Amino acid sequence: MKPRQQRMLAVGLAGAGIVIAAALTLQAFKENMMFYVEISEVAQGNYPQDRNFRVGGLVVEGSVKRQPGELEVEFAVSDLENELVITYDGILPDLFREGQGIIAHGQMGDDGTFVADEVLAKHDENYMPPEVAETLAKHAAAKEAALKAEQAQP
Amino acid sequence: MIPEIGHFALILALSLAVCQGVLPLIGAYRNDAAMMSVARPAALGQLVFVMISFGCLTWSFLQSDFSVLYVANHSQLALPTIYKISAVWGAHEGSLLLWVLLLAGWTVAVSRYSSDLPDSFAARVIGVLGLLSCGFLLFTLLTSNPFERLIPAPMDGADLNPLLQDPGLAIHPPILYAGYVGFSVAFAFAIAAMLAGNLDQAWARWTRPWTTWAWLFLTIGIALGSWWAYYELGWGGWWFWDPVENASFMPWLAGTALIHSLAVTEKRGLFKSWTLLLAITAFSLSLLGTFLVRSGILISVHAFATDPGRGLFILGFLGVTIGGALTLYAWRAPGLDSDAGFRGFSRETFLLLNNVLLVIATALILAGTLAPLIVEVFEAGKISVGPPWFEIAFAIPMLPLVLLIGVGMHTAWRSQAFKPLFDQLKFPALFAIVAGILIPIVAYGRFGLLLSVGVTAGIWIMVVSLIHPVRSWRRAPGTPGMTRGVLGMSVAHFGVGMFVIGVTIVSAFTEEIDISVRQGESVSVAGYDFELRSLRNVEGPNYQAVEGEIDIRKDGEFVGQLRPQKRTYLVQQSPMTEAGIEASWNRDLFVALGDPLGNDAWSLRVQYKPMIRFIWMGAFVMALGGMIAASDRRYRLTAKAKEKATRLSGEPA
Repeated sequence: MKPRQQRMLAVGLAGAGIVIAAALTLQAFKENMMFYVEISEVAQGNYPQDRNFRVGGLVVEGSVKRQPGELEVEFAVSDLENELVITYDGILPDLFREGQGIIAHGQMGDDGTFVADEVLAKHDENYMPPEVAETLAKHAAAKEAALKAEQAQP
Repeated sequence: MIPEIGHFALILALSLAVCQGVLPLIGAYRNDAAMMSVARPAALGQLVFVMISFGCLTWSFLQSDFSVLYVANHSQLALPTIYKISAVWGAHEGSLLLWVLLLAGWTVAVSRYSSDLPDSFAARVIGVLGLLSCGFLLFTLLTSNPFERLIPAPMDGADLNPLLQDPGLAIHPPILYAGYVGFSVAFAFAIAAMLAGNLDQAWARWTRPWTTWAWLFLTIGIALGSWWAYYELGWGGWWFWDPVENASFMPWLAGTALIHSLAVTEKRGLFKSWTLLLAITAFSLSLLGTFLVRSGILISVHAFATDPGRGLFILGFLGVTIGGALTLYAWRAPGLDSDAGFRGFSRETFLLLNNVLLVIATALILAGTLAPLIVEVFEAGKISVGPPWFEIAFAIPMLPLVLLIGVGMHTAWRSQAFKPLFDQLKFPALFAIVAGILIPIVAYGRFGLLLSVGVTAGIWIMVVSLIHPVRSWRRAPGTPGMTRGVLGMSVAHFGVGMFVIGVTIVSAFTEEIDISVRQGESVSVAGYDFELRSLRNVEGPNYQAVEGEIDIRKDGEFVGQLRPQKRTYLVQQSPMTEAGIEASWNRDLFVALGDPLGNDAWSLRVQYKPMIRFIWMGAFVMALGGMIAASDRRYRLTAKAKEKATRLSGEPA
C-alpha cells in the first residue's frame, strides 16, 4: 500500500472503531452511572426510582441494630438535619463505626428504608468522603442560621 | 543534622540537574563538544546527591527521629524495621523522593549504556532527562519537602497506615515507579530525535530495549499492586477500576501500544510519527496519573482546594511538558514520513490494529476516570462510574485484540499470502475452539457463550505462542535458531493467554458468601466445607488481633487450615482484616473475618476463586517475555562492533 492509502486505512479503522465503541459504551455508561443524592433530598422523595444511587452521611450514635447472631444490620445516617435508615446484609467495612462518615450504594426499598448493596468507609481516620463533608457543612450552616433567626425574634 | 544534610544534598542535586538539563542541550545545538560532555558527569553527580538525600531520610526513619514531620506522621517506635524502611516511600513526600531517585538512576543507566549513540544524540537524551528531573526536584523542594522539622518532637510517631505494613506493598511502589519513570526515557529519546530532526531505524533500535524494560517494570508493579489488593484489603477482588489503579493502567496500555509500534519503526521504518506520539502519550499519562492521584482532584473537584499548591505545580508541569512536546511534534513530525509501503494483509496491518484497539481502550478508561470530574465541573450533579461500565468498555476493544494476536504474530512483514498462514493456524484454531467449549463443561459443569469465547481466546493465544519455540526446537542442528526477540514475543503472548483464561474463569465461576457463623459450625462453598473451630486473641509487635482457626475439608478429606485475623493497630486504633488464603495453582480459598455479631457468632466472608493465580502468573510471564526480548543480541551488537573498531584503531583522540 502507498503511504496515502495506509493513512486512509488507519484513519478509517480508527474512526469505525471509535464510533462503534462510543455507541456501545455510551449505552453502558447510562446504565452504570450512579448519582450521589443528599439525605434531605431523599427525605423529600427526590431520588432516582428503580435504580442504584449513592447516599452519604454520619452514622448516628446508637442507631446500629442487628438481631444477635444475624448478619443483617440496620443503621441510620444523618446529614445533621435529616436521617435515613439503611439496611445492609453483608460485612461492614473495617472502619465502619458510629459517628464515622460513610457512603452507601443501593436503592430505596418499599418501606422507606435504603437497601444498600455496598457500604464504604475509607481507610483513614480523618478521612471524610468529600460528598459527605460538603453536605454536612451545608446543613450545619443552615442549622446555625435557623438558630440565629430564632434568637433574633424571641 | 542528618535531615539538614539530606535537604542540602537535594538542593545540590537540583543545581546539578539544571546543569545537566541546560548545558548539553545548548552544546548539542551549537555542536560544542565541551558543553555536551557535561551531561554524563552531571547525571552521575545528581544520582550521588539524590542517593545521599534518600539515605538521610531512611536513616531518620531507622533512628525514629520524630523531629522530622514526615517520620513522625508515618512511623512509630514499635514498627518492624522492614516497614520503617518501606515507610520512606509510604506517603507523598517520600514517594516523590523515590521517584527522583529512580529518575536519576535511569539517567545514569542511559548515560552508561549509550556509548554507541552519537554524542549529540546522547547529550540531548540526558539533557531532556535532566530537565524532567529539575521539575520533580523543584516540586519536592517547593511543595513537598520530606525533611521538614517538627519542633518539639513528639514522644512517638503516628504509625504507618496499617494497610501498608505488608511485604507486598513494601516492594510494589519502587517497581511501579521504575516503570512510570522508565517511560520518561522513551519520552527523552523521542524529544531528542525531534530536536535533531532525524529519526531513523537506528533510533528505534536504541529506544526499544529501554521502553521494554520500563514496560515490564510497570507490568510487574501493577500485578503486585493487584495481588496486594486481593489479599490485604479483605474483599477478595483483584481489580476495582479505582482511579488510582486506572492511573497506572493507562500508561501501561499506551506503553504496550508503544512497544508494538516501535517494532514496526525498527523493522520497517514505518509509523514514525505515530511512534513518537505514543512515546509522548505514555509518559504524559504517567504524569497525568500522578497529577490525578496526588492533587486529590479525582475524589472531588473541591478536594483540589485542600492542597492547591501541589495540584497547581503538577498541572503547570504537565502543561509545559506535554504542551512543549506536542508543539515540537507538530513542528517536526510532518517531515518524518517514510515512503515504504505494505500490503493490506501483513504484520504491519495487524500491529496497526493492535495500536488502534489499545488506544481506544486507553481513551475509554480515561473517559470513565475523568467523567465524574467533568460532570461535576458542569454542575450536572455528582456521579460515579462503576466497575461494570469499565468492564464492558474494556472488553469491547480487548476481545478482538486477543483474537488477532494469534494471527498477527505469525504474519510476515510487508505481505503475507493467505493460504500458508491458514494451513499453519487451522489446527491450533480448531483445538482452541473445542477446548474452549469443553473445558468449562468438563471442569466446571457449565456452558456459556462469552465464557467459551474467553477460554477459546486464551487457549488460542497460548497454543499459537508455542509454534515458534516448538519449530525452533525441532529444527535440524546447525541452522540458526530463533532470536531472543521472537522467543520473548512468544513468552509474553503466552502470558497474555494465561491472563485471559484466569480472568474469564474467575469472573464466571467465583463463589462468594458473607455469612454468620458460630464456633464449631461450618459453611459449604463450592463443595468445600469451612469449619470455624476456634477463635483466640493473639498479639503482634504493634497490634492485637482475634484469630480464627478454620479447617477446610472436601468430601471429608482435610484440605488445609486457615488463620484469618482481625487486627487492631494500637497507635491509630484502626481495625484491619488479614485474610486467610489457601492457594493452589487452579483455585484459591479465601476467608476473611468480619465482626462479632453477638450470640458467639462472627460474620465470615468465604470465597472460592478458581484459576485466579493465572491472572498474576500471566502478568509475570508477560514481564519475563519482555526481559528476554530486551536482552536480544542485536541491541548489544552495535555497541560491541564499535568497541572492537576502537580497539583495533587505538584510542581516538
